[in-house]
Amino acid sequence: MIIREKAIKYGNNVNTDVIIPARYLNTADEKELALHCFEDLDKEFKQKVKNRKVIIAGSNFGCGSSREHAPLSIKASGVRAIIAASFARIFFRNSINMGLPVITSKQASDFIQDGDELEIDLEKGKIVDITRDKTFNINPFPEFIQKVIKSGGYINFTRENMKNRFLKK
Amino acid sequence: MNNKNNPQTIVQKIIASHCGRDYVEEGEIVNADVDIVLGNDITLPIAIKEFKKLGASSVFNKEKVVVVPDHFAPNKDIKSAQQCKMLREFAREFDIKNYFEVGKMGIEHALLPEMGLVLPGDLIVGADSHTCTYGALGAASTGVGSTDVTVAMATGKLWFLVPKTIKFIYSGSLKKWVTGKDLILYTIGLIGVDGALYRSMEFTGPAVKKLSIDSRFTMSNMAIEAGGKFGIFEVDEVTGEYLRSRKKRDYRIFTSDSDVEYHEIYNIDCSDIDLQVATPHLPSNAKNADELSDVKIDQVVIGSCTNGRIGDLEIAAEILKGKEINKDIRAIIIPATQNIYLEAMRKGYLEIFIKSGCVVSTPTCGPCLGGHMGVLAEGEKAVSTTNRNFIGRMGHPKSEVYLSGPAVAAASAIAGRIAVPEEVI
Repeated sequence: MIIREKAIKYGNNVNTDVIIPARYLNTADEKELALHCFEDLDKEFKQKVKNRKVIIAGSNFGCGSSREHAPLSIKASGVRAIIAASFARIFFRNSINMGLPVITSKQASDFIQDGDELEIDLEKGKIVDITRDKTFNINPFPEFIQKVIKSGGYINFTRENMKNRFLKK
Repeated sequence: MNNKNNPQTIVQKIIASHCGRDYVEEGEIVNADVDIVLGNDITLPIAIKEFKKLGASSVFNKEKVVVVPDHFAPNKDIKSAQQCKMLREFAREFDIKNYFEVGKMGIEHALLPEMGLVLPGDLIVGADSHTCTYGALGAASTGVGSTDVTVAMATGKLWFLVPKTIKFIYSGSLKKWVTGKDLILYTIGLIGVDGALYRSMEFTGPAVKKLSIDSRFTMSNMAIEAGGKFGIFEVDEVTGEYLRSRKKRDYRIFTSDSDVEYHEIYNIDCSDIDLQVATPHLPSNAKNADELSDVKIDQVVIGSCTNGRIGDLEIAAEILKGKEINKDIRAIIIPATQNIYLEAMRKGYLEIFIKSGCVVSTPTCGPCLGGHMGVLAEGEKAVSTTNRNFIGRMGHPKSEVYLSGPAVAAASAIAGRIAVPEEVI
């Protein structure tokens, strides 16, 4: 899959409370959640995401709560990938589990600027900053995680791999 | 790779024992059996939707799935009522034995240990980041998302990356009023909010042997605020005493091998640690409380999965006894479970709180995450015994949260500004 999109850049420690404030967690509806995504961090996000669909961030992106509403609201906003210097553990799991590509690259995170046009090739493991003509190699995911992504998320992966007593016939 | 003679940490041994192995390697991804799967009224609605999508015919074990409506319960509005109703109906449909209705409900991470549902040697996941709390009992316990909980509820298994461990050795004697909250805020201040990212934190040393179980719960609870996956203590007499009347099944005690190699080791002398406050907007902004005496505040919250236990209320009562809180302060005290509430009543703490001008609430996570029961307005500041002080955490994005233990919170309620107990008693 090749993702060709422009970047929205944020800083370090972007936490789940600013990604989706808890006051909106009385719903699990992804469209409603998307309306409030990044509301307390960046009032312009909803405008920006219309034609910029990759988030670049610093270290510890998604720290805080386990709320899956955070990656869900980002995904439902139309974001196609997140590149960060590092991800908080639960946010990382949640994103993989729902098939949202989360790419760890300190070099790319430092280099790419707000608004840059990017091309991300997950199979080849490459990020190209087209605006600044620079290519970054991405470390491949562990084999297990690759399988989950290939299945389109953890629910699909589980269904494919279980063929067993837990599932309704 | 499968060398059982290699030295291992507690969490390696717990994970290995849950996937039928003698040894697991740090950095390896394994599929392991879980003992308990937990969810609440915020995270389970997504998990329940996914559970139906997955098409599971039953939960893997009716005794091992725990459902607690505690965040926006008692229902704060119609939408929250709908979410709690989803939990109730799910629990009924799948005959979940450990569903805790309002009245029996408490804040999950105080409730599960109290009910004896989480035990040493367990591998536990919960769709709540503070599930790491049960590390205080020597369990490998961690927060996951809703999808993880869906799969774990259906299959009893989940994928785990075996983490490296950072060891913290606490020595020295604690100063007066200092508790586990001060130790953990100090520790997070030392290593930063991502200082233990993807790591297990192992809390050891002569000073933790003397820590109460409540202080240990507080420390394990906040491992996640340093990015930690687990925050684990060794089982000792204090743990044994706590579990004696509570445990509902047998448990296994694991210890780290003495020759195991840690990712990092920190030596912390507790004799140097004063009462701590984490200033906005990161839990790692730890400062000595007595350096912040010019910070005027509007609200105090004493409660939460971090500091809503009887030991916390006891400290607050000792400071508030016979005093009145500042006229400009709203002080909200939330015993974390019904049993803690009852015990606080029997011990006279509730009367002390109410006479001093505090309000005492039924158990709920409410104000900690800006849900209900104490939401902050624009420009307001709170001292809170909770666990996070991110932007907008307790309400308006222009409000501020200062994190502390119960002693500073109670003293600040009396002073109307950040204060230490010596200033008010």
